Amino acid sequence: MDGIHDMGGMHGFGKVEAEDNEPVFHAVWEARCLALNRAMGAIGAWTIDEGRAGIEALPPDVYLARSYYGKWALRLENMVVNCGLAGADEIAAGHALRAGKPLKRTLSAADVPRTLTRGSFSRTAKSPACFKVGDRVRTKNIHPPTHTRLPRYARGRAGVIEAIRGCHVFPDAVAIGAGEDPQWLYTVLFEGRELWGETSDPTLKVSIEAFEPYLDAA
Amino acid sequence: MAHDDDHGDHDHDEHGSELSEMQLRVRALETVLAEKGYIDPAALDVMIEAYETRIGPHNGARVVAKAWADPAFKRALIEDATKAVQSLGLINRVGDHLIAVENTPKLHNMIVCTLCSCYPWEVLGLPPVWYKSAPYRSRAVNDPRGVLADFGLNLPADTQIRVWDSTAETRFIVLPMRPAGTDGWAEERLAALVTRDCMIGTGLPKDPAGTA
Repeated sequence: MDGIHDMGGMHGFGKVEAEDNEPVFHAVWEARCLALNRAMGAIGAWTIDEGRAGIEALPPDVYLARSYYGKWALRLENMVVNCGLAGADEIAAGHALRAGKPLKRTLSAADVPRTLTRGSFSRTAKSPACFKVGDRVRTKNIHPPTHTRLPRYARGRAGVIEAIRGCHVFPDAVAIGAGEDPQWLYTVLFEGRELWGETSDPTLKVSIEAFEPYLDAA
Repeated sequence: MAHDDDHGDHDHDEHGSELSEMQLRVRALETVLAEKGYIDPAALDVMIEAYETRIGPHNGARVVAKAWADPAFKRALIEDATKAVQSLGLINRVGDHLIAVENTPKLHNMIVCTLCSCYPWEVLGLPPVWYKSAPYRSRAVNDPRGVLADFGLNLPADTQIRVWDSTAETRFIVLPMRPAGTDGWAEERLAALVTRDCMIGTGLPKDPAGTA
């Protein structure tokens, strides 16, 4: 999706402003919001990729105006409704008006340590990797209206395979409910000038983590 | 962006209306999801406590200090950071896909996620607000020296800058250069020099002279 979330290389956002001694959370609701989102992921309500697509589905003006956890809260409201887990009327009322749906699994306090570890996204490969370290590749010029992890600034660009990271769950497929469709994942390295033209910082190199379907031999 | 708009643009914008609005909306969500039997508020409490205390950049600092002090561990870390970090027993288990990238006198590494906010939670904790902000995510890939200047860091003009955009489930941690003047220091003392930002690549380790 060519959305506002795909920010690499955009101008106009100003300076990076770091906060000294920043707390982990700035308000109690941020902590509850993070934990609610993580808990819904842990019970299998949706995958990490569907969750990211849920953030990307927020309108651009909302995306820019809301804080980080503000976006997480709106995403959670939308997703519980879209997944049929709760009604908009219940969220508006602040109370359940009907019984919940049966779940794949639940999350008790004792289960939490397990969920604090990231799962593995490696999968068995269906076929050998098409590329090897050192191969020259060109990213595809694709513009799917759905979730993808190929950023706009790195589309249609020539780079080099720097590393093979194994075969991983393919976010573009998972996010549209098409299953995990595992794909080889590579680190692809670009010269700054290939991405940004002649005025690029000559000392700059940028890499992305690119799934095989994003790449053509060059 | 202004600080006094309807929603507030900072997570710490306490005078904005977002705080009270979001307090109410998140409380409503939690109540509904708990009453429907999907979540247990006690599980949320345990999770929050872990992120506020146990999961943070102090874990990454231990990893870096160990790599500085122990050449065999450093080799293992660069070879397979997931395995090496797990061997320290700091954390239950890191994700499968942690990668350590090493700074040298000629090369400076920087980590970003231009598409969202991917970050090595297990070793660095939850990301700071600036890491998730539009200025950082937009500029890290095309103006990293400008970003570093925002952090007060000016690298030599001939240092190569390498930016790692975290566009998949691989996660990166920068292994900064060990500061001069720390020969013979124990790991614990070295770890006190390792800042969160130097493991993201937007800073350098603390000056050992200032922490003696």
